[in-house]
Amino acid sequence: MEQNEAVDYQVARLNLARDLVSALEQDRHDDADIILLNMAGLRESYLFQELGKLTRELHEALKNFMLDDRIASMAVEDIPDARVRLERVIDMTDQSATRTLNAVEAALPLCASLIEVSGVLAMEWNRFIKKEMKPEEFKEFGKRVGGYFSSGNNDIVSVETHLKDILMAQDFQDLTGQIIKKVIKLVDEVEKNLVNLIKLAGGKRAPTAAEKSKEDELAGPQVPGLESSTAVKGQDEVDALLASFGF
Amino acid sequence: MKILIVDDFSTMRRIIKNLLRDLGYGNVDEADDGNKALPMLKAGAYEFLITDWNMPGMTGIELLKNVRADPNLVTLPVLMVTAEQKREQIVEAAEAGVNGYIVKPFTATTLKEKIDKIFERINATKI
Repeated sequence: MEQNEAVDYQVARLNLARDLVSALEQDRHDDADIILLNMAGLRESYLFQELGKLTRELHEALKNFMLDDRIASMAVEDIPDARVRLERVIDMTDQSATRTLNAVEAALPLCASLIEVSGVLAMEWNRFIKKEMKPEEFKEFGKRVGGYFSSGNNDIVSVETHLKDILMAQDFQDLTGQIIKKVIKLVDEVEKNLVNLIKLAGGKRAPTAAEKSKEDELAGPQVPGLESSTAVKGQDEVDALLASFGF
Repeated sequence: MKILIVDDFSTMRRIIKNLLRDLGYGNVDEADDGNKALPMLKAGAYEFLITDWNMPGMTGIELLKNVRADPNLVTLPVLMVTAEQKREQIVEAAEAGVNGYIVKPFTATTLKEKIDKIFERINATKI
């Protein structure tokens, strides 16, 4: 196409040149002036066509280089978001580890004292069974057993509370897992777009990666600073919202 | 009472399972997404379903809709325990026929309250 245009241009110029020569030979100077003007006009319009073509190509190249708006929005929004999300993961794992360690540190001394007291009582019980215990000693032993039952029971209840706290502290794994999965998805998308960019730079642009519809994605755990405008703030707001449905 | 817990994270299933045991519910099965859960629900006589929302395969909301579309499961009480907390999602779950909705992270007390409330309401409608 472009070649044809160039050939047409040369043929047109040659024809005009022949007309010009014959006009000059025949002393038709007015005609010669018109032909000269036509030649200049022909050259100008050819240049304009070429310039238009170049402009279109440049525009297309710039458009492709932007590879839809995804790369831009990834750089401006998603990558900083991912950073905030990952920092949230660090916070959540830190909180969970601290909560777990606090509970363990509170429960361990209770266990140690229960082990110690029950060990002593077991030894004395053996002496009683073997009839090695004097009646006045038995009286004291009885008091200690009574004391063990009441304080020991409190201690065991405390240990149970701490164990339940450790159980609940493990909920971070689900929540951070959901956040990390989102970041992995983003890394995956960045990789695909980079590959696309490299192919484009090499002149072999791959078909545009399937446009991602962010709307289909689930929001997942809310991250402080990145909360959705329509997210509730907690269970109380969930309950209030559901109350309007007769819950 | 036979209960099915559906969540793709095994730690969360274990947490809920332990909390339920503490509340006196020991007969608990687990599934890691809706595709596994639905045939179990159709086959077994479950009396209560606790499900997450965001799971690979079949999500919790799809599972809920499938449950409500099945004549044998239409009245099965369903509690959603999820990190999804956008208003439109909660409304969607309510409209799909969920019986209770808990957002993660939650406490043992919240779980007990919601379960109690669900069965209070069910028992009230029976009388």
